[in-house]
Amino acid sequence: MFEGYSLAELGSIFAMQGFAGLILFSVFVLMALGLAIIFGQMGVINMAHGEFMILGAYVTYLCSNVISSTVPALFPAYFFIAMILAFFASGALGMLVEWGMIRFLYRRPLDTLLATWGLSLILQQVFRSVFGAREVGVVLPDWLMGSVAVTDTIEVPINGLFVMALTIAITVVIYTVMFRSRWGQGVRAVMQNRVMAGAVGINTEKVDRYTFGLGCGIAGVAGSAFTMVGSTGPTSGQLYIVDTFLVVVFGGAQSLIGTIASAFTISQAQSTMEFFLSGSTAKVLTLLTVVVILMLRPQGLFVLKVRR
Amino acid sequence: MSSDKFDAGKPVGGLPSPLRRKLLLGMAALPAVGLLPRGALAQALPTDAVNTTKLAVTDSTVKVGILHSTTGTMAISETGSVQAEKLAIAQINEMGGVLGRKIEVIQEDGASDWPTFAEKARKLLVEDKVAAVFGCWTSASRKAVLPVFEQYNGMLYYPTFYEGLEQSKNVIYTGQEATQQILAGLDWVTKEKGAKSFFLIGSDYIWPRTSNKIARKHIEMKGQKVVGEEYFPLGHTQFNSVINKIKLTKPDVIYASVVGGSNVAFYKQMKAAGIDLNKQVLMTISVTEDEMLGIGGENIAGAYACMKYFQSLQNPNNEKFVAAFKKMWGANSVIGDVTQAGYLGPWLWKLTVEKAQSFDIDKIAAASNGIEFTGAPEGYVRVHENHHLWSKTRVGRARPDGQFDVVYETADLIEPNPFPKGYQ
Repeated sequence: MFEGYSLAELGSIFAMQGFAGLILFSVFVLMALGLAIIFGQMGVINMAHGEFMILGAYVTYLCSNVISSTVPALFPAYFFIAMILAFFASGALGMLVEWGMIRFLYRRPLDTLLATWGLSLILQQVFRSVFGAREVGVVLPDWLMGSVAVTDTIEVPINGLFVMALTIAITVVIYTVMFRSRWGQGVRAVMQNRVMAGAVGINTEKVDRYTFGLGCGIAGVAGSAFTMVGSTGPTSGQLYIVDTFLVVVFGGAQSLIGTIASAFTISQAQSTMEFFLSGSTAKVLTLLTVVVILMLRPQGLFVLKVRR
Repeated sequence: MSSDKFDAGKPVGGLPSPLRRKLLLGMAALPAVGLLPRGALAQALPTDAVNTTKLAVTDSTVKVGILHSTTGTMAISETGSVQAEKLAIAQINEMGGVLGRKIEVIQEDGASDWPTFAEKARKLLVEDKVAAVFGCWTSASRKAVLPVFEQYNGMLYYPTFYEGLEQSKNVIYTGQEATQQILAGLDWVTKEKGAKSFFLIGSDYIWPRTSNKIARKHIEMKGQKVVGEEYFPLGHTQFNSVINKIKLTKPDVIYASVVGGSNVAFYKQMKAAGIDLNKQVLMTISVTEDEMLGIGGENIAGAYACMKYFQSLQNPNNEKFVAAFKKMWGANSVIGDVTQAGYLGPWLWKLTVEKAQSFDIDKIAAASNGIEFTGAPEGYVRVHENHHLWSKTRVGRARPDGQFDVVYETADLIEPNPFPKGYQ
């Protein structure tokens, strides 16, 4: 497929392709971070994760409509406001769900799967009733669309760069919160041994609620960011859920580093294979590889060493 | 949904009322001049005579079914068809119904789930004994209900453009089959844009694959080249790799049949990657005004779509249709190709019933051949003996406001050819 191209042309295509892989990597990390906290740290299988993302996307949609009709001068920057609102909207709904549903199911992980799946169906129908069955178009500020020409032949999409920057920022924040703050220490303590954590004076119920809220809030931010690259409709969340679980499970459920490593492996493999093979074949090969590796290493790529 | 919402005799046309009254009086007088007084129509055609197969037909009413997904993934696409079918039925009722009988609608929800479609189809045919069903959208749902319609001898009016390779006594296909949508568009882009190389990209299921198979044959028969053919799973959201591949192969035309949520991702990412659709020719057979809502006009402006109908089409039928549609379903509603095809269904059925002077399925199936509908928003359509429609192919260019400029239409109606020889 490369006959008739100059070396320079090939070089720039490969550079752009490398970049495409990095963008996919950022997208994967962003969608998986929230789930990694909820599934990895709390052991809750949240099938409604995609719907929390779409809630963030709808918040962005509302925000773009409201701001462009009331204060159009603010429009170029509305995306930041939208992301913050999305975080709080999804986070608040997450805490509500934890309080009303999840907390009764902590000892029955398989039941959470069913309950959250039901929740995802309910949320989809709510979106459909409120926003209509059709997809909505989120208008983006001009500066987010288009590409930066690095050289004459290498072009890098701006929204890709934006997602990458956002992913790095959120990852740093999560890392600091989970591993460098006292609250994060409490979260990890509760997950490792709930009874002991309670015995030393940690309010485990509160920790659970905020952790679940944090995970859902990050999902909301991710959903808000994905209005740049994907669709916003009642069932769009379903587009992300499989990849998200794949990344988290493959990385080793309890390890945030594992999530990042697995997002990197899967995204690079998929994007490279998509370039040389066809789209569907690439997906099949990626899934097969993941299945084989999980057969050899059922706990995922990275494992926390915990005394049971 | 209850049916009485639509037979209240609500004016739909939007004419000033004295004029409408005159028109109605005139219309009411027509049968008197011709054959029979209007009120006597139902008695003149006793139910025993027009309905020998125990369908749900009385002296004053006839029941039909609408079977689409109003919940689930496909609700996005099927909503428009439901609206168009209800509009057509309301208009027909306002004109006095079919053979003097008012149409009552029984609506069922297929819920985007193919077994549910089959089950609801059986319910409509066996329990409700409806005289016709307007419904289905995806090929998968049509394939699921087809055996039911054939077993219980029902009549389905199917609105979507589809891959062809099917023909049934019990189905009227009001959308275009693949060759009607593809060939004329390819010829146009070759002639107008001097296209020599094509990159085919689609979602991975039967319709894009069959369509691209036909497109590839046609392209290669004319000595042009396909430089790439790619499929992505339904719901795929990352197209950066294939966009690089498109940049590498530099095709004259990108030929796209990506559907659903993937569509939005595909066009947004192309724009972000710096592919300017005003310079790079892109032709799609899967984006209508409906899809443009989600994609955003600014992300797809400049692309060409190959359809048989666009909302911006200029003819008196269409102006009336668009006005009535917006009056019934809101000023912001948009009308895509399939929505218009959905609107044709009830009208074609009415015309067929009147030609056959009967509601019996067998008589309708036989009478369908040659039925003409001059009031079609797309202009004029005629039913072929293979139960598909003769219709024109048109090319539209996407505008930032979500509408299309019609840039080309075929001079003649294109013959439907669901089993194209040499293309399989």
